[in-house]
Amino acid sequence: MATSSERSPPPFPDSEDHDVLDSEEVGGRDSDEDDVGDELFTSAVNSPLTEHGSTPSPASQPSDVSMKPPRDIMDDPLIEPLSSQTENKPTSEDASEPSDDFVDLTGNITDSPGDAATDATEIPLDEPADDFVDLFGGEAEAPRGKVVVADVTIETAAHKREAADDVTDPPGDRKTGSNDEEQEAKETSTDSIIDLSDDLPAGDSQQPPPARDRFVDPLVNLLSDSPAAADAKIPSRATVDLFEDEGSDFFADPRQHKSAHQPQKSLFGEPDEDLFGEPLGAASKKPVSKEPRGKPVATKAGSNVSNTGGPLQEAADLFSEEAVTAVPGIKNASTVNSKTNGVHSEEETDIFAEATVELSLDSPRDERRKDVSAKPSASASALSAAASLAKSQSASLEELDEEGGEEEQEDEFEISISVKDPEKIGDGMNAYMAYKVTTQTQLAMFRNKTFTVRRRFSDFLGLYEKLSEKHGPNGFIVPPPPEKSILGMTKVKVGKEDSSSADFVERRRAALERYLQRVVNHPSLLQDPDVREFLEREELPRAVGTQALSGAGFLKMINKATDAVSKMTIKMNESDVWFEEKLQEVESADQQFRKLHTLVESLVVHRKELSLNTASFAKSTAMLGSAEDNTALSRALSQLAEVEDKMEQLHQEQAANDTFSFAELIADYVRLLGAVRGSFDHRMKAWQRWQDAQAALQKKRETEAKLLWANKPDKLQLAKEEIAEWEVKVTQYERDFDKVSATVRKEVNRFDKEKAKNFKREIINYLECHLQSQQQLIKYWEAFLPEAKAIA
Amino acid sequence: MTSSIDESNKEKMRSVSVDLNHDASLLIDIPDALCERDKVKFTVHTKTTLSSFQKPDFSVPRQHEDFIWLHDTLVETEDYAGLIIPPAPPKPDFESPREKMHKLGEGEATMTKEEYTKMKQELEAEYLAVFKKTVQVHEVFLQRLSSHPFLSKDRNFQIFLEYDQDLTVRRKNAKEMFGGFFKNMVKSADEVLISGIKEVDDFFEQEKTFLLDYYSKIKDSTAKAEKMTRSHKNIADDYIHISATLSTLSADDTTANKKHLEKLADLFEKLRKVEGRVASDQELKLTELLRYYMRDIQAAKDLLYRRARALVDYENSNKALDKARLKSKDIPQAEQHQQQCLQKFDKLSDSGKKELTSFKGRRVVAFRKNLIEMAELEIKHAKNNVTLLQGCIDLLKSI
Repeated sequence: MATSSERSPPPFPDSEDHDVLDSEEVGGRDSDEDDVGDELFTSAVNSPLTEHGSTPSPASQPSDVSMKPPRDIMDDPLIEPLSSQTENKPTSEDASEPSDDFVDLTGNITDSPGDAATDATEIPLDEPADDFVDLFGGEAEAPRGKVVVADVTIETAAHKREAADDVTDPPGDRKTGSNDEEQEAKETSTDSIIDLSDDLPAGDSQQPPPARDRFVDPLVNLLSDSPAAADAKIPSRATVDLFEDEGSDFFADPRQHKSAHQPQKSLFGEPDEDLFGEPLGAASKKPVSKEPRGKPVATKAGSNVSNTGGPLQEAADLFSEEAVTAVPGIKNASTVNSKTNGVHSEEETDIFAEATVELSLDSPRDERRKDVSAKPSASASALSAAASLAKSQSASLEELDEEGGEEEQEDEFEISISVKDPEKIGDGMNAYMAYKVTTQTQLAMFRNKTFTVRRRFSDFLGLYEKLSEKHGPNGFIVPPPPEKSILGMTKVKVGKEDSSSADFVERRRAALERYLQRVVNHPSLLQDPDVREFLEREELPRAVGTQALSGAGFLKMINKATDAVSKMTIKMNESDVWFEEKLQEVESADQQFRKLHTLVESLVVHRKELSLNTASFAKSTAMLGSAEDNTALSRALSQLAEVEDKMEQLHQEQAANDTFSFAELIADYVRLLGAVRGSFDHRMKAWQRWQDAQAALQKKRETEAKLLWANKPDKLQLAKEEIAEWEVKVTQYERDFDKVSATVRKEVNRFDKEKAKNFKREIINYLECHLQSQQQLIKYWEAFLPEAKAIA
Repeated sequence: MTSSIDESNKEKMRSVSVDLNHDASLLIDIPDALCERDKVKFTVHTKTTLSSFQKPDFSVPRQHEDFIWLHDTLVETEDYAGLIIPPAPPKPDFESPREKMHKLGEGEATMTKEEYTKMKQELEAEYLAVFKKTVQVHEVFLQRLSSHPFLSKDRNFQIFLEYDQDLTVRRKNAKEMFGGFFKNMVKSADEVLISGIKEVDDFFEQEKTFLLDYYSKIKDSTAKAEKMTRSHKNIADDYIHISATLSTLSADDTTANKKHLEKLADLFEKLRKVEGRVASDQELKLTELLRYYMRDIQAAKDLLYRRARALVDYENSNKALDKARLKSKDIPQAEQHQQQCLQKFDKLSDSGKKELTSFKGRRVVAFRKNLIEMAELEIKHAKNNVTLLQGCIDLLKSI
């Protein structure tokens, strides 16, 4: 059994793990206890094959494939980032005994993560694998393409590995191990497989009867979903999730759970704990159970839930169900996966925090939904319930997405960035400032919790250029960095060590820090590979075109000028009152904030003046005190001089406080409001494009009418084609415009919310500083009072 | 521009200064003043039990020039050479607030109405403060005269107080102005000459060094204190603009930030008032004190100069007497002159010593009083600030 199970797993390992599991489950049902693993595998193999063969519906295969590919991907990513390759290999070797195939597969996977070669190797090992291999080959490529998925998978894989290891260690875990094996099979397929095979029988025996039915339905649904899952990503996730979830369920054994939990925790921090802790069960329950339960399918969901509760049983049920309906079972498995995926997506979000976020960000989920909806038909063959499940799933997926979104927001607080140690590098006019950018994060999307890179100022600008180019046109508000200051920088370059240049450097440092923090607080921007590269990568290619006076800068200026002209010429016929009002509000706020900034700057100047004047008065008073011939008065005067000296300090500190807490806050908003206006401009441009397209369409129509009138059928055809072409464009542009509008709206709302929050926080900060300074002032004068009274 | 002062305000304003004898026999105050263009008309009110006055209670209108005339006649009176003549009140200076008002009018377009109103109020308050201060220094001048045992008996002083018509003191013509200027030149040159003279009395020797040193120090301190006070004023003005801009912002804002801006605008408006008080109290308690004693020390220095002059005269008369004796010619005349000079010098030394000692006591008491008051006011304002800030922080936190 073990061998057979092993065999079967190998092919499945990565993507098929789920399938395998499913198949195993199915097999378990079929063969129930004995060759559950083998049967499962075989069944799985069969099922895939059968699916491929019997069910011409390519979707089912794709789903499998997709499942597989993701796994492969997962492995690859895992290997690369985690350097888990070696680990995987070892594990695979260890496991080699049980399942050579697996080993090979794993080895391949590890070696050439996403390569079809690995798939091929896998295929050869297992008969069913061939199908899979094919599937994998195609699918694998697609999934690989998506980095995010890969990361997620990697993480999950890592978790799985750990879980798998745990499973293997504790024999009792075997049952769960089987599940794990399947799940983990991808990585530690061999060990897990063995365990699984052993476990499977047991699990089958236990679970088979009741759980199976439930599972079957879900599985069917899942399968239906999964088949449709043309999206390799989704399936992959699903598979991963499935495996994990199942594994967790299977793992029923505390050890395994614990181990799994721990690794996950470490990886994902809090989320993992939730998932695994209550977890797996709870997580799976949550998503699936929510909607599904209520509906007829609920039983299925319930089964899933029950799985979490009694993992083994559920797993067994699942398998049994799958086994029962071989093809459907497979489908189910896939569907299950998808479901689990859905569930997982939540779980994943929790577990993988970042990974889930990424997933949620990607369209996959939508695709999933579509898939699910599409799948139903396939599943229909298996079970009518599948459809309902699919719906429920899609609903749950939506929920998941929403949850994912919320989590993203929460994630904002899981990353904090500090910019420190400004350092002048080089001499003369070629000198530049470099800063230490330290990131502290709980997010699993980063390899480490804390890492530091060195960045020069133009790198910050380069990041902004990239981001605004990428996200600006979509209506995102990209936080702007502090402007280049030729004057300020020249002073620094010349090496003047006066207070104004130190002031300048400190101001800029703080502004850069706030800028980066704003970027990573933006859920979409955080996902941008450039942001991560900026934060993580040791060496960054030199940012070009950020020089204010360079050729590129000149070009930029020209572009801006043309933009400004076109902005003036575009007379937008605003249809949405909200935008009109908001734009007006933003523009007047922009103006007022600018004014306020000048005023606060002048306050700072006056405060510094006051500080200077107080200092000179203090000196003068000290002199006066020394000249005074009345001892008590002389003493009092020198005391007064001391008090005034302290006042000078207070005023100076207050001036710094005015600058850094207040003036800089305002300056930030001036910049941000500029960015907000930029997003409005992008919306207007989108509108203009749409209008232009409409005008063009109108013209074509007129031409057509003329041609019709002129009775020129030859040209008429051409005109009609053009009209069709432009109609498409118009709809496209209109959609673009709507999308940009929606984004702008969302972004502006987010901005407003953030602004209020941030403003309040900063202002309270500022006022508290002011308060402290006043309290200090009271203390100083109170100390002086007795001195004055002592004058005789 | 026309303004007047009421009694209650004046009580507060009278703080600068000078420890006055509370001699109920002659009480002088300026209950009212009118400002017409450049001229300020003070109503000088006198209440007395002295028989040298025809009535126990009377008021007369006086202008700044009348005060200057009185001061000059006192300085020129030979009998008072041994006294510290209270410094003449400085000429009312309404130019700076007027100029500011003018500037404000020009800048009206760049400000919101609210902002403009506040600025105008602020300037009016400043103008009023200058006005009050002017009245106060004139009043103090008369009060010091009235509390002085000799000067209060001065005939010109009594005429100044009693004559119920306009004194119509002629303004100094150009020649006199030049004469005054020339006199100052001579005096300065003379001072340099005299400074070489060997002092016969340690007390005056010390006093001279002290006053010269002290004068330069207090002059410096006064200038610095003025600057410091002006800086406070500038900050208060900045607060006005910031507050106004913040409230404009909050008016336009429709988001959750509106309330934050609103509260902040309120806070700055209140902080502005406190800061304005800090500025005016510092002006009143510190700068004005320093300024007054700067002038008073100048008066004391003048006394020393007159005494030194007398000393030089006496020594010259001694030399003349020696010469006369040598020539045995006009000896009695020379003796008489020498006696006169000696008498005068001794008299000057005597009264000068008394005057300077009392000046010292007066100065210490005045400094004590003002420093205490200033410290108390600073504490009060800072506490106000703390309350305001704390209140605003709590408000913001509760939003």
